[in-house]
Amino acid sequence: MSDLKKLKEEFLSKLNNKLNLKEINQIKSDLFGKNGLVSSQFRKIGTIAESERKKFASDLNIIKDELQNLINLKINEIENAEINEKLQKENVDITLPERPFVRGKIHPVSQTIDEISSIFSEIGFSVEEGPDVENEYNNFTALNTPDNHPARDMHDTFYLDEKKEKLLRTHTSPVQIRTMLKDKPPFKIIAPGRTYRSDSDQTHSPMFHQVEGLHIDKNINMGHLKGCLNYFIKEFFEVEKIKMRFRPSHFPFTEPSAEVDIGYEIKDGKIIIGEGDQWLEILGCGMVHPNVLKNVKVDPTKFQGYAFGIGIDRLAMLKYGINDLRSFFDCDYRWLNHFGFDPLDVPTNYRGLSR
Amino acid sequence: MKITFDWLKDHIKTNLKEKNLLDQLTNIGLEVESVQNLFPGNEIFKVAKIIKTEKHPNADRLKVCNVDVGEKELKKVVCGAANAKEGLITIYAPPGAIIPKTKTKLVEAKIRGVTSYGMLCSESELNLSDESDGIIELSSKYKKNIGKSYFSKSVSNLIDLSITPNRPDCLGIRGIARDLAASGFGKLINLKENKIKSNIKQNLKIKINKEKNQGCDVFGSCLIKNVKNVESPQWLKDKLISIGQKPISAIVDITNYVMLDINRPLHAYDADKIDKSIIVRNSKKGEEFTALDNKNYKLENGMCVISDNKGVLGLGGIIGGTRSGTEFDTKNILLESAYFKPESIRATAKKLNLDTDAKFRFERGIDPLSIEDGLNKAAILIKEICGGEISKIDIQKVKKYKTKTIIFDPGLFEEISSFKISNKEMIKILESLGFKSKKKKKYIELIVPSWRPDISQEVDIVEELVRISGYNKIKIIDPIKERKKSTLNKSQKLFHFLQRSVASKGYLEAITWSFTDSNYNDYFRGSKKEIKIVNPISSELNVLRSSIFSNLMMYMNKNLDRGFKDLSIFEIGPTFTGSNPGDQNTVVCGLSSGKKSRLSWIEKERNIDVFDIKRDVTQTLIEAGYDSGKFFIDSETPNYYHPGKSGRLFLNQGEEQVAAYFGEIHPNIIKNIDMKTESLVGFEIFLENLKLPKKTLNDRKTKFYVSDYQKSERDFAFVVNKNINSQDLINAISSVDQSLISNVKVFDVYEGDNIPENQKSIAISVTIQSFEKTLNDNDLEKINNLIIKTVENETGAKIRS
Repeated sequence: MSDLKKLKEEFLSKLNNKLNLKEINQIKSDLFGKNGLVSSQFRKIGTIAESERKKFASDLNIIKDELQNLINLKINEIENAEINEKLQKENVDITLPERPFVRGKIHPVSQTIDEISSIFSEIGFSVEEGPDVENEYNNFTALNTPDNHPARDMHDTFYLDEKKEKLLRTHTSPVQIRTMLKDKPPFKIIAPGRTYRSDSDQTHSPMFHQVEGLHIDKNINMGHLKGCLNYFIKEFFEVEKIKMRFRPSHFPFTEPSAEVDIGYEIKDGKIIIGEGDQWLEILGCGMVHPNVLKNVKVDPTKFQGYAFGIGIDRLAMLKYGINDLRSFFDCDYRWLNHFGFDPLDVPTNYRGLSR
Repeated sequence: MKITFDWLKDHIKTNLKEKNLLDQLTNIGLEVESVQNLFPGNEIFKVAKIIKTEKHPNADRLKVCNVDVGEKELKKVVCGAANAKEGLITIYAPPGAIIPKTKTKLVEAKIRGVTSYGMLCSESELNLSDESDGIIELSSKYKKNIGKSYFSKSVSNLIDLSITPNRPDCLGIRGIARDLAASGFGKLINLKENKIKSNIKQNLKIKINKEKNQGCDVFGSCLIKNVKNVESPQWLKDKLISIGQKPISAIVDITNYVMLDINRPLHAYDADKIDKSIIVRNSKKGEEFTALDNKNYKLENGMCVISDNKGVLGLGGIIGGTRSGTEFDTKNILLESAYFKPESIRATAKKLNLDTDAKFRFERGIDPLSIEDGLNKAAILIKEICGGEISKIDIQKVKKYKTKTIIFDPGLFEEISSFKISNKEMIKILESLGFKSKKKKKYIELIVPSWRPDISQEVDIVEELVRISGYNKIKIIDPIKERKKSTLNKSQKLFHFLQRSVASKGYLEAITWSFTDSNYNDYFRGSKKEIKIVNPISSELNVLRSSIFSNLMMYMNKNLDRGFKDLSIFEIGPTFTGSNPGDQNTVVCGLSSGKKSRLSWIEKERNIDVFDIKRDVTQTLIEAGYDSGKFFIDSETPNYYHPGKSGRLFLNQGEEQVAAYFGEIHPNIIKNIDMKTESLVGFEIFLENLKLPKKTLNDRKTKFYVSDYQKSERDFAFVVNKNINSQDLINAISSVDQSLISNVKVFDVYEGDNIPENQKSIAISVTIQSFEKTLNDNDLEKINNLIIKTVENETGAKIRS
């Protein structure tokens, strides 16, 4: 056995013993230190006969690598064991609460407005707005509701002056007037917003929300109106089938006018939309009255179309099972937290309304 | 409008059932609001007479009445009505009766120690009217009925219809029957036209003054002499009771019946109480009269009154007066059937705040050609029931009724409705509704029935046709999924973004009224104008809000009272600066109370403070796309903020519009509204003051450009006067060399030991990095010196050594 081989065997067996870090480092220094056994062998290379030198150098390198690797492995093992031992002592009670965080919510009316906008966006409606304070003309007269019209009695109006010229809008319909005066047809808009009537009980609050719809173009008829609302209701309630009923009604600014009911039933105390034989009124609509079109300088012999007005709060109540309209505006922290939506739940066309 | 199927059958012949009727009514636009059995087990309610009343031994307001209910023994009934007195004939409900109004079953019960055997009823308890003031007082005629049932037999269900204001004709049973018949529900019964046959002259002079704004076009009348006003016959009483009305006397009941049956309001005067003649004229300011509701009315100029030589008798088409009212002893009657203009009726009723059945009908438009029908029908009934002689009809007229003609293009029907019906079908429907038609080439010439004031143009004809054909025939044309214009504009997108951005920072979104309590509003109004609501719903909601804070504070306080402590709420919505349309701003307003990390096992709890709210505001604005490097913040804020712990933020230095305010709410306000919280901070972001981004998101992603050369961080500590803002130091450092200074960060502020009074130490870390090379010690030294020199020069600071 050559010296080299002997050296290797000897140290391999030494390294196979259970060693601590200090002992391993001693071995490392014995072998590879300045005067280490391996180091001194390398210094010998020059003195070896040329014929054997190459083989010697090669053998020596192999032995060096083998020993070095083993030493590094051993060191690693020991270090890992030490770390693991230390980590064992660092256990925390992971069931303790996380650091505090707070969570905000979006009001159900805002969420509902976004849902409505998303649905109508897909069929080409854009969103318009109007001011909360309106003049008497835009709110009533331009909408074919002159001063002596009994329909005005149905709107308990808040006034801002004794002459009753300035008021809080009683519906979102004046946005129709503003939009049509501002631009030229065609019009295809929705206008969500706050509306006001001086009425207050379980089902009425002095402020509530409506969304107005208006589609004026050539040849728009009641079939388009029905189709549009049918689509909207289906999308909004996220159901495959709905039962919808158009019923004749009267609004001064539409002719013919209709009210729309949807079928529902109560199952286990929860309202199910689209089934059952109960009817629930959810909106008013109709073909825009030619007098209204004339008032906004749109030629009713060339253009016609429909308008609708939906109570947003009521839709939200139906969809999310909220019983009391007044609770929407009561700002009860618990209620807001319960019925509110995560701000990341943005209703969109591609994602849909719900998760 | 209240109807019964039984009454409808006076006008329509049909084999269909009530269920079909209800569906059909709704289908043709006469919406069924409710259906109720008004008098379930109604025979149990008996006519009774109070024989004796005594004060209740244990209650001042109660009486113990001995009541004759037609049995041998008197019943003891405890009654609280003020009008319960001996001799009164009223209606008695025995134990076991179900009270129609409350649907509760009456039981024998001790009331304050005295057992009451049943109850004496008010009109409202029996659903006869809304009158709940006292028990029913029946006339002495009912004496013979004591012990008998008040209601004669069970009647058909009471159907309450919601009649839209355009359909006055359906405020009469006949009009409803006509619509039903047109829709195929049955056949309209032709009424025998009974006409007054008389030789007697109507010799009471009637005159309609010809004057400006005369509210009366036509005044028809007849005299009926030597009548005996009696109690109505059972059939008539039953009719009125069946729709919830209380029979009074034959003459009053007959006029009511004719009004309800054919929508023709009438008025009966005691002719002997009229002084010489009737003059229909405009009132003069200051005239007075007592109306049949026993109230005295002071009139203004120009109200249409019926008067005689003595003065006002009544308000035409609205309410009669007590002076000429009929009573049981009335002998001679003047029966009025007139046409009053809707706008005149409405104006008068509004000014006097009066609402009557007649007013409700006249303001919607009464059939101007129904004057004689009404007189004929009522006078003949009066003669039948009350006897007497009828005079000829007298008609005074200042305006003639003009028939309305519409040239209708049948093609318009499909254009609007989406479906087709034949011309023949159209004509059939319209004629059954009372139109007269004539073909005129491709058009149909239509004469509108006089009872349809709502119909004036072609589209109204379309509505009639769609309505009667059935709205279920309207097609469903699916919408096309196509978008030509973006759904939201930039400011709407900003609204939407800010709303969700603030919510994502832990705020619950609230929606509160746009109005508020002026007392709260004043705290946050600043120099803004107060905008009062003329007719507020309550004094706590009497002004439009000048700031959202007033409502948020009010509700925050309520929530704190509920025991919550650490709350963050916000609202995005309008605040108002004037009472003209458009005098409003959109504001995001947030409020945060209490502590951070309250009762946390891991983090130290602390009061929420101005720098928490500053983070919320700046982070929100940065997320919305505004460059925080350009923000300029100073400490000038409205007086509802803490003067020392609040700030205002501009998007750019030198800009005039304030983007946001933030800070602690002024402690005096918190004290004044008695709010209990450790800390309260708030913010307002003004949407109209935020510049809308011109660039798209795509444009905003500029070329990606970073430096990989070594960066170095240097720390500086400066001592400055307390009144110097850290912002000034940061600005000074940033201005030294923008290409080299990539970040400036304040990491410590210190006052106290080792620092002179009125001064503070600010420690700043500056990151220096070049885009061109790795800076050597020399370069860094140079820039260090420049930083120190600049800061010292510009702020008067001294570097701490």
